[in-house]
Amino acid sequence: MATDTTVRRWRGNPSLLAGAVILGLLVVVALVAPPLLSGSAETLTDDARLGPGAEHLLGTDAFGRDVLARALVATRLTLLMAAAATAVSFVVGVAIGALVHLAPRWLRETCLRLIDSAVAFPSLVLALVIAAVLGPGTGSAIVAIAVAGVPGFARLTANLAATVADKDYVLTARLLGVPGPRILTRHVLPNISGPLLVLLSSSFTLSLLDISSLSFVGLGVQSPQYDWGRLLNEALPSIFAQPSVVLAPSIMLIVTGVGAMLLGDGVASLVDPRTRGTAPAPTGAADTAAPATPAKESRALRAPGGAGATAGTEPDGLLTVDGLTVRAGDRTLVDDVSFTIGAGRIVGLVGESGSGKSTIAMAVAGLLPEGVRANATRLALGDLDLLGTPPGRRLATEIGIVYQDPIGTFNPALRLGAQLTEVARTHLGTSRRQARRDMARALADIHVTEPERRLRQHPHELSGGMLQRASIASAMTTNPRLLIADEPTTALDVTVQAEVLRQFRRINREHGTAMLFISHDIGVVGVLCDTVLVLHGGRVVDRTTGRDLRRGTVTHPYTRALLAATPAAVEAGAPLSAVRWTADTATAQPDGTPLDGTTPDGKPVDGTQPDKAPLDGTPLDGTPAHGTPLAGTTAHGTPSDDLSDTAADRPPAAEGSR
Amino acid sequence: MSATATAPDAGTADPLLRVEDLTVELGHGAAARRVLKGVSFDIPRGSTLALVGESGSGKTTLARTLVGVHRPSGGRILVDGAPLRAARGREGAATVQMIPQDPYSSFDPRRTVAQSLAEALDPIRARVGPVRTRIAELLGQVSLDPDSMDRYPHEFSGGQRQRLAIARALAPRPRFVIADEITSALDLTTQAEILNLLADLRRRLSLTMLFISHDLAVVRHVSDTVAVLLHGDLVEFGPTAATFAEPEHPYTARLLASVPGDPRFRLDDEPATV
Amino acid sequence: MSAGPAVPAGPLPAAAVRRAPGLRLGGGWAGFAVRRAGGLLMSMLLLVVVTFLIVPLLPGDPARAIAGTNSSPATLAAIRERLGLDEPMTTRFVHYLGDIASGRLGTSFRFDTPVADIVSTRLPYTVQLVIPAVLLSLLIAVPLGMAVGVLTRDGRRRRLGVAFGTIAGLLASAPVYVVATLLIVLFSISLGLLPSGGATTPSALVLPITALCIGPAFAIARVVRQETASVLAQDYMRTARGHRLGSVRLHLRHALPNLVTSVLTLSGLVLTSLLGGTIILENVFTYPGLGTEVVQAIIYKDYPVIQGIILVVGMLALLVNLLVDVVLGIVDPRTLDGGRRGH
Repeated sequence: MATDTTVRRWRGNPSLLAGAVILGLLVVVALVAPPLLSGSAETLTDDARLGPGAEHLLGTDAFGRDVLARALVATRLTLLMAAAATAVSFVVGVAIGALVHLAPRWLRETCLRLIDSAVAFPSLVLALVIAAVLGPGTGSAIVAIAVAGVPGFARLTANLAATVADKDYVLTARLLGVPGPRILTRHVLPNISGPLLVLLSSSFTLSLLDISSLSFVGLGVQSPQYDWGRLLNEALPSIFAQPSVVLAPSIMLIVTGVGAMLLGDGVASLVDPRTRGTAPAPTGAADTAAPATPAKESRALRAPGGAGATAGTEPDGLLTVDGLTVRAGDRTLVDDVSFTIGAGRIVGLVGESGSGKSTIAMAVAGLLPEGVRANATRLALGDLDLLGTPPGRRLATEIGIVYQDPIGTFNPALRLGAQLTEVARTHLGTSRRQARRDMARALADIHVTEPERRLRQHPHELSGGMLQRASIASAMTTNPRLLIADEPTTALDVTVQAEVLRQFRRINREHGTAMLFISHDIGVVGVLCDTVLVLHGGRVVDRTTGRDLRRGTVTHPYTRALLAATPAAVEAGAPLSAVRWTADTATAQPDGTPLDGTTPDGKPVDGTQPDKAPLDGTPLDGTPAHGTPLAGTTAHGTPSDDLSDTAADRPPAAEGSR
Repeated sequence: MSATATAPDAGTADPLLRVEDLTVELGHGAAARRVLKGVSFDIPRGSTLALVGESGSGKTTLARTLVGVHRPSGGRILVDGAPLRAARGREGAATVQMIPQDPYSSFDPRRTVAQSLAEALDPIRARVGPVRTRIAELLGQVSLDPDSMDRYPHEFSGGQRQRLAIARALAPRPRFVIADEITSALDLTTQAEILNLLADLRRRLSLTMLFISHDLAVVRHVSDTVAVLLHGDLVEFGPTAATFAEPEHPYTARLLASVPGDPRFRLDDEPATV
Repeated sequence: MSAGPAVPAGPLPAAAVRRAPGLRLGGGWAGFAVRRAGGLLMSMLLLVVVTFLIVPLLPGDPARAIAGTNSSPATLAAIRERLGLDEPMTTRFVHYLGDIASGRLGTSFRFDTPVADIVSTRLPYTVQLVIPAVLLSLLIAVPLGMAVGVLTRDGRRRRLGVAFGTIAGLLASAPVYVVATLLIVLFSISLGLLPSGGATTPSALVLPITALCIGPAFAIARVVRQETASVLAQDYMRTARGHRLGSVRLHLRHALPNLVTSVLTLSGLVLTSLLGGTIILENVFTYPGLGTEVVQAIIYKDYPVIQGIILVVGMLALLVNLLVDVVLGIVDPRTLDGGRRGH
């Protein structure tokens, strides 16, 4: 890693910096104080029990020794003991936690159960056992705390190693014939080093505080040696006569605790890939990871006709979207998109990841994530202005929403009945019993077996397909004017997808509900939608119809390119079109295009400008410049393919969630 | 219930991989479930068998059994007529390799591409130095710039990582390759690139491959033979084109009719109650 | 660990708090009971074995270690006889089990009374510290952490976030005996408001309970805040926002239930370690609980008492763990199916 990124990480991480400074100072004190201050700390004088003053900042104890000097000198012994105990418990604990994964199954299970049992007890109990065996003393306190810390380290290491061992790269390494111990040292330990480091830093403090607590109750360091715990112990009897004597060791203990806490926080955010970047990406709609798109180029890129009177806009629309622009900070996710949906019509938004399709849906629904702002000339559902702060009741009852991932969409802690009937109960004032009866009937209508029982179940007890169909049925309970479906079939099996599509069609036929249907699947959009808007880089590049998509009679080159890349739409065995629709399509290169991923900072490694948006300056209404055949058979990407590709793929943070 | 499984084309005489009556149970004791129920099929040398199934059909279990993660509770797996031992060690690596589904967890984030590929070439020492030329060659094979070998996985896009995974799987020159849903996490265009690359590699290296997918349209593009799994039973087995034109098993017909864009797809039918 | 903050100061991955995946023995309460009973038996056995081992593990001659180096052979023989040191290990273990089963827990060297009597007079004092401290720390932590989590979501109100982080971090990492000492200085000595020791009046309990719950309360509050932030970012919260609920209903009905699981899982750790904290804390207040007794017993080498008290405290810890798991099972049935839930 480059030095400047390291510097930036430290600067952007005040707790790491503060923690390191505090602990660094303590180490300096531990080194410097004993030679400089032992005199005033240990020499008996007649100045007994002095209050705080100029000569003795925190006063003197019963033997005339300087209280502050004693606390500072005690730093060395305290830190040394804590370091020794932590080192032992770290090494032994990590070794046990890692090695259990090499053991045969039965031994591993037994060890893990044993570790679990040990962790169930407060570690001080184990420490007391050791202290009882070894008797009070410095050495026994160290051993006691070291042993007491082992189960914690072992458990954490074992659990972390288990999550890494589940990763595909460990499986692959095993398939490649890498021996177990090497997998451990090569793959597992390096990948769990981050969290272990966090534990190490916080565990150091815990050891320190625990050893001090043993000294404090008289089981640790014995006179004439002294650590902070011992000092506090000696101060306690005279606390009424001279309360100030407890201050110095107390302050030292608290400062150390805070220092290690800050360091732990800092290290945690340092090793957490989600906080590595500078600005956290907004969460929520998957499409918000769209590439930056400078707004000034929008004029040239508008789909034929722009906002107005071509296919995709219908007179007296129910939903009117005019000039919708969505920005996250200075990135434009959706740029000047206009369309209308007439009553009873189904409009599809199709495009690859990062095209802004989900963002449009969430903007219409008013559910954009924090920090993402929508602007529009007009955004209205009939007489309901969606731009202001429309009344929640009308939003909830007039717009039904179906999301992509049926499993993540449901609250895992609540029963289905409560969730599915919530809108009706909250906004229509339907009684609980009536709402449940309605919902059960709606579920029966879509062939969900035992609907009454389903309502009492938790989401994890149902399949994704059943949840999604329930979610659609629930969205229809208020008879909304518009149904927004954001990739509703993406997470489903193909036969279930077909059922869900039929459900949408039936709703549209029977209730005349208008729909905004978002999908990356051009086939799905083709069969269901009346009108289809093709999106790329936050802009509408083509407006076509479902029928044209089905028949393949589309004219726009980008849409044709998408069709040509769709396996279902291309003759079996024939090569698929993999041409990227980008600004530089004209200069598309054959095989062997250099790597063009991005660095963690978001800069492309090959030096292209990150803000060089796809579509930049390419005339969309005709053949691309230089006449490169778009739907031709030239395979493979172009230099900028990863502006779309990287955005398309899940961000690295998603790794953690698997 | 299982269809008798012999590829009706020329390869019958010379199956590289033969799976006979394979039964796999997952879980222990009362929780044990039979995930594969007596599955049999052949893959002729140099051909690609596509294994299709929906979630829970057992297709990933089959892949994991072939590479030795799960132990079969019954049946045999033969490679060139000899029983496949648990695919461990260098011999195992030279027999079967798998390209995993998720391009994001298939590479150790802390090792460079060269280090990961070196591990595939020399599992014990995994030193990059002696094998740089071979790594460059492998990267070239999957149309990646050899100069990128010293980069870390996070610097590559999903599609590029999938190419890297293919390169790594090819590195030990395995006798056959298992591709487990390798395009399901990718965008349409990226998927097209990967599928084209696979088609190209099959031609050039005459790969023997088991291609697992839930996507029938994708399968149609990459396979010679297709097998359909339903709840652990192999219900359909036959040449791809013929099977797609005239499926034998009703489930296969239903699968095919569920693909939007297929002429058999009907949006206005009442859904069949399952 | 006990004397300091129980939760590692830094935010740790879910794996740190999650149990290793358990054996699958079927779902529901039946499977839970089977699994949990197995774990409980194992923990109890571990506890019994570890406490038993205290005497055999004593370095050198245990009898001499107990009686001191200058003791007469007769004394040593008496001690050996009494502890059964001359018998084989298995016999001693059987006797030890018998002591436990009979409920006597052996006889104290110092007082020559059954350990069970000592424990039963001391235990109520400790319990009357621990239970209020447990409840109080949860009552402080959950509303506080959740309020701060909601207020500072998505990077809002940065200053509040930093202030909370600092203060809660400070209070969470201050060791219980230091907090106790400083509370005595402030409230007993400077202000003269509350007694600094004993257990005679209810007011004597105020300072110990306060000292005991401050650390855990703020340690849990920090976790609750983090968990709140991560729950608010979940898809199902967007669904709930799509239902256009009021803010109170949105957070209490939809976010809170999802916090309970992780908060309880963590609280289990914090609360068992609070038991350890009591042992140290009682020594500050010269409070007549198990903590002062066990420390005295260690100093005076009264092994039967040490064994008895550690056994009882360990059982209490197991009880707390069991309670947490049962409550978890009621609140979040998914946890019944083996292993506590991560994120």
